[in-house]
Amino acid sequence: MVDTTTPLNDGAPGWIRRNRQTLAPALFLLPGVLFFAFYVIFPIVQSFNLSFYRWDGLGEPVYVGAENYIELMDDRAFEVSMWNNLKWLLMYLLAIPAGLAIALFLNQNVVGIRLYKSLFFFPFVISQVVVGLVFSWFYDPTFGLLNQILGFFGFGTVNVLGDPNLVTYGIIVAGLWPQTAYCMILYLTGLNAVDPEQVEAARLDGAKGMKMLWYVIIPQLRPATFIAFVVTIIGALRSFDLISIMTNGGPFGSSRVLSFYMFEKALSEYGFRMGYGAAIAVVLFLIMLSFIAYFLWSMYQEEKGGR
Amino acid sequence: MFPRPIEKSSPAWAATYQALVPMALVLWLLPLIAVAVFSIKPDVDFTTGNYWGWPSAFKGFENYGKVFFASDMPRYLLNSVLITVPTVIGAVALSCMTGFALGVYKFRGNLLLFFMFVAGNFVPFQILMVPVRDLTLDMGLYNTKLGLVLFHVAFQTGFCTLFMRNFIRALPFELIEAARVEGVAEWRIFWFVVLPLMKPAIAALSVLIFTFIWNDYFWAVVLTQGAESQPVTAGITSFNAQYRAAYHLMSAGSIVAALPPVAMFFLMQRHFIAGLTLGAVK
Repeated sequence: MVDTTTPLNDGAPGWIRRNRQTLAPALFLLPGVLFFAFYVIFPIVQSFNLSFYRWDGLGEPVYVGAENYIELMDDRAFEVSMWNNLKWLLMYLLAIPAGLAIALFLNQNVVGIRLYKSLFFFPFVISQVVVGLVFSWFYDPTFGLLNQILGFFGFGTVNVLGDPNLVTYGIIVAGLWPQTAYCMILYLTGLNAVDPEQVEAARLDGAKGMKMLWYVIIPQLRPATFIAFVVTIIGALRSFDLISIMTNGGPFGSSRVLSFYMFEKALSEYGFRMGYGAAIAVVLFLIMLSFIAYFLWSMYQEEKGGR
Repeated sequence: MFPRPIEKSSPAWAATYQALVPMALVLWLLPLIAVAVFSIKPDVDFTTGNYWGWPSAFKGFENYGKVFFASDMPRYLLNSVLITVPTVIGAVALSCMTGFALGVYKFRGNLLLFFMFVAGNFVPFQILMVPVRDLTLDMGLYNTKLGLVLFHVAFQTGFCTLFMRNFIRALPFELIEAARVEGVAEWRIFWFVVLPLMKPAIAALSVLIFTFIWNDYFWAVVLTQGAESQPVTAGITSFNAQYRAAYHLMSAGSIVAALPPVAMFFLMQRHFIAGLTLGAVK
């Protein structure tokens, strides 16, 4: 009888056979890890290091200690960018309830609903560059649809992208469009998996409308809400494309956020200040890191429960 | 089902709902519909101020013809394809292997390595920008498609690994154990047992990554310049500079630039949504 508990000899040399369980994962991981370390992990370390230097991207970097960070503290433009980042973060979260609302609206079985769902999801598939163009025409003071509608109701013209007080909100609304679509699709999938027995049971107990939504449905949508939260926060802090396309940071730098300001400092025609840019990137990274740590912690809690 | 199915409520409300949905859709897509209308208008409509009226003539063929035959647009589109397709192949191939290693084997540092991939995927691009640009310059790959592809593959491996590893974890582990007992070599288990089961994950990831990379703008601006290697997202700005104030052409150009991911989405809808919503349901 063949002993099935020890692997059969498939011709591999003894050393490989004995260490197979360590060797195999190492080999499978090697290319991916090397690539990732080279292009992602290592550059993060380099950016931290660079933030202590003054460098124009061409000559020799000069070590300046914490000078870049000290300069940041008095930089008006940096302050404006920080405030705008906060606006982005808070307002972007509206995508979550808005997505839920649309998902609830569309969660029916009528003719053609599948097509409607995909068409509602449409904005997410389009590149942010095109979304930015579409919305800058939408806002245009001379012919934009927004002002046509406002004019129809007897309001005056609003130049959303030319007004320092409105511009950031205008761009955020453009960003909310695809982001809401994303949250909607997450919730549609979540709603599909809601336990119908619990809903029926709650109905028999007289729960309906908002009460049902709050106490029965939303708790069951937790996984969808978590992912919606993660992608929305990341999206808000990554905002770059829309700002670059719609206003290029203007007017008077009033729509900058950290990610855009960093790019401007490090690579714009006003001179390459790589070290200063790196310092801004480090600040942005640390903000993001607090969220990343939270996400990883949540994932870790879940992993402990699993295999 | 929540909300209460519409069939169970009054016929009047059901009819209202049926009418409400298309109206809501038109409102939701209004900015886009506007651009689509712009793209078939003749340019006289813009000089005479007929922005929102009925197009005075149908010029769709002329406008789109100009985009395809009298601009750099085909060049940019080709660049986008040549950047996107290799990235999809590279990132999916690498992450099949990393996902397999992290999902199947127990070893010290497994979770740590996995979390490194996850965290890296959430990092802001700006912290990578200066060093990656520098690296690309040093390798002589600045302003080449290869330079962009290599970076994209590396960065997307983070997200893809997260995706693949969780997918493999959900596969029946007994299959792998049974193969081991039979004495099948590890790489054969990967190739003949696990990989065939990963087809849905590979399909879902491919469409997702295709869309992400096609729509990338930031790295296109940082790592390339000029028509010989820029993808369409970056090219559209030079296209618009060329046709400044020619809104009918800019609209047509934008629609052309946005179309491939849209087509991909409608063709592979099931996979696309399965990929995006992975983890949204327990």
